[in-house]
Amino acid sequence: MTEAVIVAGAPADQVSSRGFWADAWRRLKRNKASMVSATVIILIAIVAFGGPHLSPHAFDAIDWENMAVPPGGPNDHWLGTDRLGRDLYVRTLNGVQISLQIGLLATFVSLLIGVTFGATAGYVGGRIDNLMMRFVDILYSLPYIFIVIILSTMFERGNIYVLFLAIGAVGWLTMARIVRGQTLSLKRKEFIEAALASGVSTPAILARHIIPNVIGPVIIYATLTIPQMILFESFLSFLGLGVQEPQASLGSLINEGAQEMESAVWMLLVPASFLVTLLTCFNFLGDGLRDALDPRDR
Amino acid sequence: MMRYALRRLGGVIPTLFIIITLSFFVIRLAPGGPFDEEQALPPEIKANLEAAYGLDKPLYEQYVRYLGGLVQGDFGPSFKFKDFSVTELIAQGLPISLLLGFSAVLLAMMVGIPLGTLAALRQNSPTDYSIMSLAVLGIALPSFVTGPLVALVFGLYLRWLPVAGWETGQLRYLVLPVITLALPVIAYIARLTRGSLLEVLRTNFVRTARAKGLPEYRVILRHALRPALLPVVSYLGPATAFVVTGSLVVETVFGLPGSGRYLVQGAINRDYTLVMGMIVVYGSLTLMCNLVADLLYGWLDPRVRYD
Repeated sequence: MTEAVIVAGAPADQVSSRGFWADAWRRLKRNKASMVSATVIILIAIVAFGGPHLSPHAFDAIDWENMAVPPGGPNDHWLGTDRLGRDLYVRTLNGVQISLQIGLLATFVSLLIGVTFGATAGYVGGRIDNLMMRFVDILYSLPYIFIVIILSTMFERGNIYVLFLAIGAVGWLTMARIVRGQTLSLKRKEFIEAALASGVSTPAILARHIIPNVIGPVIIYATLTIPQMILFESFLSFLGLGVQEPQASLGSLINEGAQEMESAVWMLLVPASFLVTLLTCFNFLGDGLRDALDPRDR
Repeated sequence: MMRYALRRLGGVIPTLFIIITLSFFVIRLAPGGPFDEEQALPPEIKANLEAAYGLDKPLYEQYVRYLGGLVQGDFGPSFKFKDFSVTELIAQGLPISLLLGFSAVLLAMMVGIPLGTLAALRQNSPTDYSIMSLAVLGIALPSFVTGPLVALVFGLYLRWLPVAGWETGQLRYLVLPVITLALPVIAYIARLTRGSLLEVLRTNFVRTARAKGLPEYRVILRHALRPALLPVVSYLGPATAFVVTGSLVVETVFGLPGSGRYLVQGAINRDYTLVMGMIVVYGSLTLMCNLVADLLYGWLDPRVRYD
């Protein structure tokens, strides 16, 4: 995909661009932490979506014989059960599913808005740019979680997908800033001038020339947005504003586990270790991508 | 400098006004109200309640009334905590939250800066790698995971400190919450310090300092570290926002009677005035901290020009 985009973006840069991506890939492959993280993420995704089918239990089925049993007991609850006798293996993996879906969904939405907004502001410039970025500054000055909490009051509790469409819809601020900065420097390049001279319209220049060329920083930032969004979801669910019972999310499981940790520490440790692994892996991957795509930083 | 400070301060008020206006209307447009309970109230009682709180008036009139109250420092009555005004609720909790937040930022600087310096001085050594890996972990771990874990280890297993709760004047109840809140900030500050110190160590004035035979600790402390800490100063603004956010969770996890938990409870109960009050107070707090961090930066770094 990136190949084609680059070709469309800057024919003059074709050769060096391909070199750039190959180079980045080579650097990324050399970064052990990133490659391990990427593998772990893929494995977790496979387990999360395939794993629950292997267990004989449903996520909300109550096992009266085995309430709050620890992992590894003489039963088929591989990671133990919670206070109500619900299987923790299935519930945790369901939570991971939700986390991954929401992370991707919200990141995609914020990507879409952020790139369009930033590219437009940067390219059009002048008073419109000023106005648009002022708006971003104002939203920026409030801690993001406040906006998230305000939004969570707006939607029917439990409809987490709509909520995260909305969160993605305000999560684009940093993305917009990054893209705007890049666009400002691209704007003066010769190939844009050439496009202008041959009478290409503004939206077309944005779509064909500007956006494909800011893709590097966008990829980096998107990789770092996914764990952020996963974090927001579990944060909201932890506070009771996100996923509602009997559905499970990593955040709500951690909340339940924290209350039971005196007697049943696995209820905290099982979901917590999944969340921590996911977040750490995404962060390492994002760091690795930054080093690979932006060698000036090193 | 003074004129710049005043102009920036002048910019805070319109920003705050827009934040208040936006959140007021967003919160009011949300479906459901503070008096929708599981058992529906008889319509007459609900109407009376709404009239008593002025909720039956048109929205713009409520808005004007709310602004009028705000100017006089009146955040209105809480819908759920009957007999309490929002001002009272926040005034009760805010000192604890502020103590928690500022201790956390202080601790983070006291631990983060030395760690970052150590990592930079031993670049690419095992020390450096372990500090930086811990930093990634510290940034990645959310406080609702570290909080329970810290309470588990130091409170339940080792029994050094109370697991949760609060008694006025008993600072030991604050230790675990402060540590939990500080961890990600420590990690971030360590990373920032390392990065900028590495750059400064390569500059000419550091070479000069070494060349004139200064002992290494003086080169680091007097010459290198001072400019290297500028990014840390500019991070202090975002750090406060971070700590404010973290306090919501940490106060919930450790059962502290701070004001952060009111935002969450207010959102769950659709307690409009409480949520609004929290947004106004915490919003202005963040704006002011950002402003102070910016001004401090300009004061420390003479290269910054005001125009």
